[in-house]
Amino acid sequence: MSLWILDKGAVAPLVNALRADYRVIGPQAKGPKFVFDPIEDPAQLRLDYNTTILPPKKVLQPPEERLATFSMGSEPRVAPVVEAEPTVLLGVHTCDLHAIQLLDKVFSTDYPDAHYLERRQQTIIFSIECLEPCDEHSFCKSMGTLTAGEGYDVHLTDLGLAYAADVATEAGKALLTRYGTVREATDADVRRLNEVMGAKWPRFTYRLNFDAAELPALLSMAYDHPLWDELGERCYACGACTIVCPTCYCFNVFDETNMALTEGERWRRWDSCQLDEFARVAGGENFRAARAARQRHRFMRKGKYIYEKIGELGCVGCGRCIRACIPKINIVDGFNTIHGGG
Amino acid sequence: MTTSSIYLPEMGRLVQVESMTTLEKLFTIELPGGQSLGHDPGQFVMVSVLGVGEAPISITSSPSRSNGSFELCIRRVGDVTNALHGMQAGATIGVRGPFGHGFPIEKMRGKDVLFAPGGLGLAPLRSLINQVIDERSSFGRVIVLYGAKRPNELLFRDELDEWIARDDVECHVTVDRGDETWDGHVGVITTLFPYVSINPRNTVAVTCGPPIMYRFVLMELLGKGIPETQIYLSLERRMKCGVGKCGHCQINDQYCCQEGPVFTYAQIKGVEEAL
Repeated sequence: MSLWILDKGAVAPLVNALRADYRVIGPQAKGPKFVFDPIEDPAQLRLDYNTTILPPKKVLQPPEERLATFSMGSEPRVAPVVEAEPTVLLGVHTCDLHAIQLLDKVFSTDYPDAHYLERRQQTIIFSIECLEPCDEHSFCKSMGTLTAGEGYDVHLTDLGLAYAADVATEAGKALLTRYGTVREATDADVRRLNEVMGAKWPRFTYRLNFDAAELPALLSMAYDHPLWDELGERCYACGACTIVCPTCYCFNVFDETNMALTEGERWRRWDSCQLDEFARVAGGENFRAARAARQRHRFMRKGKYIYEKIGELGCVGCGRCIRACIPKINIVDGFNTIHGGG
Repeated sequence: MTTSSIYLPEMGRLVQVESMTTLEKLFTIELPGGQSLGHDPGQFVMVSVLGVGEAPISITSSPSRSNGSFELCIRRVGDVTNALHGMQAGATIGVRGPFGHGFPIEKMRGKDVLFAPGGLGLAPLRSLINQVIDERSSFGRVIVLYGAKRPNELLFRDELDEWIARDDVECHVTVDRGDETWDGHVGVITTLFPYVSINPRNTVAVTCGPPIMYRFVLMELLGKGIPETQIYLSLERRMKCGVGKCGHCQINDQYCCQEGPVFTYAQIKGVEEAL
């Protein structure tokens, strides 16, 4: 839509101004790592972060959220709860931006999920271009998520002393110009942006030994691959890989009540296909009892099933599942093993 | 916030609760304002006991006999179903649905229909059996082969007797182990198959039961030459949403709550997680 320039010194005033009217969430340091959390002080904002422990999906699909409140007793009543507030989500990397677009599809397809969609609709996203890999586990270049052409309201690129701000929506433009101090980009700014963009590509490496577009076909031939038993032997079935995954959206639903059993709330909580009870029915039968089958299910969802359902690969190459895995199960190695390219 | 939620149950009223066995009860439910559930045979609803939780339950009544209510035959086996068993007529429960793809009755018209339910598997099949009986002239032969473990575990005994008494339904019932009250057939469900000869090309088979039963019933059906595309199964899975999002019911790439719970054998043949 238009390209603007936001001086780095103007970021803190912008964040402060936004905080008056919005919940502002951005990357900030937590110990040696980074997390997406509400920004209380602009100094907390770390747009130079590498990766976060949890992806920004936690803002749109919280780890736990209320779906309904109810009263119990002889005439029980139930009322929906859709918890959403105007939010600005700052500093989303492009891998996570692709993941949010995937979640948008999942929660708007077939049966629209008002809880997610209302929150999404009230969220304005300032994404940021990655100029170098988060660490050795990133494989965004292989997954085609190294940059993004859509899915954001404003997309920032670090030009050194200032950010180029690519404004894609009216909401983004209104926010940037109303709350911030910006100027329109000049030809020199555009040239600088092109230099920066050109320079970033060689810093990232392809880590899959094949084109990610081949993943659905490769996996369709790999159902009986010996890899699954090998992963099953190593997997602790802790579910960390799915909890940190920006595209994992499976959930459990449960009720909480007060002590008097007169009222309660229905909640949903992130769940994991890696946990033993995930596919177990009340009668006791477990349809994915083996860890090997559960790891296969995760790989299949990331590389095949989600793609077949909504047309997007379920993996964006962020590398979080690799970092989170204690026994060091590595999805890049796994995909490469299936490809057999060595 | 007025936004409607796909997870919000409607409050239905239990108008009748009837004990069937020591484990199963039949619940008759009315929706607010006497509205129809509008289900197809083979579909399911998500049933809520507020404060306890929600569980998927197949609908056992036939749309052709709705009378402004619908029926669920429920075994007490988990938290929600145990809570339901503690409820009396007049109580209120939550209902969402109907969900999923049921039995494609239009593909069965003009054909012989062979039903092979085992145990509680009769619950979802009864919906279709009664629909077929109510449109009896649209179908060829109607055969019901029902097996339960023990005589006191047989469900819908009055209806079984009605089906047996009818000239236009071939109904055979067996139990794995008899007792002093039982003078009928004894043996697993597959021992009923020799009693019926069928024309496999013109027969649609419908089966539902515990996973172990499928293997043996499928061998019989396939052994008789019924095409894989004409064998229907209704599968049970854990479900938390009913609308293809929570992930629990996934059978490889398929969401049981959306593509199922009714599948043809051709659809799930070789699918490791299916049976």
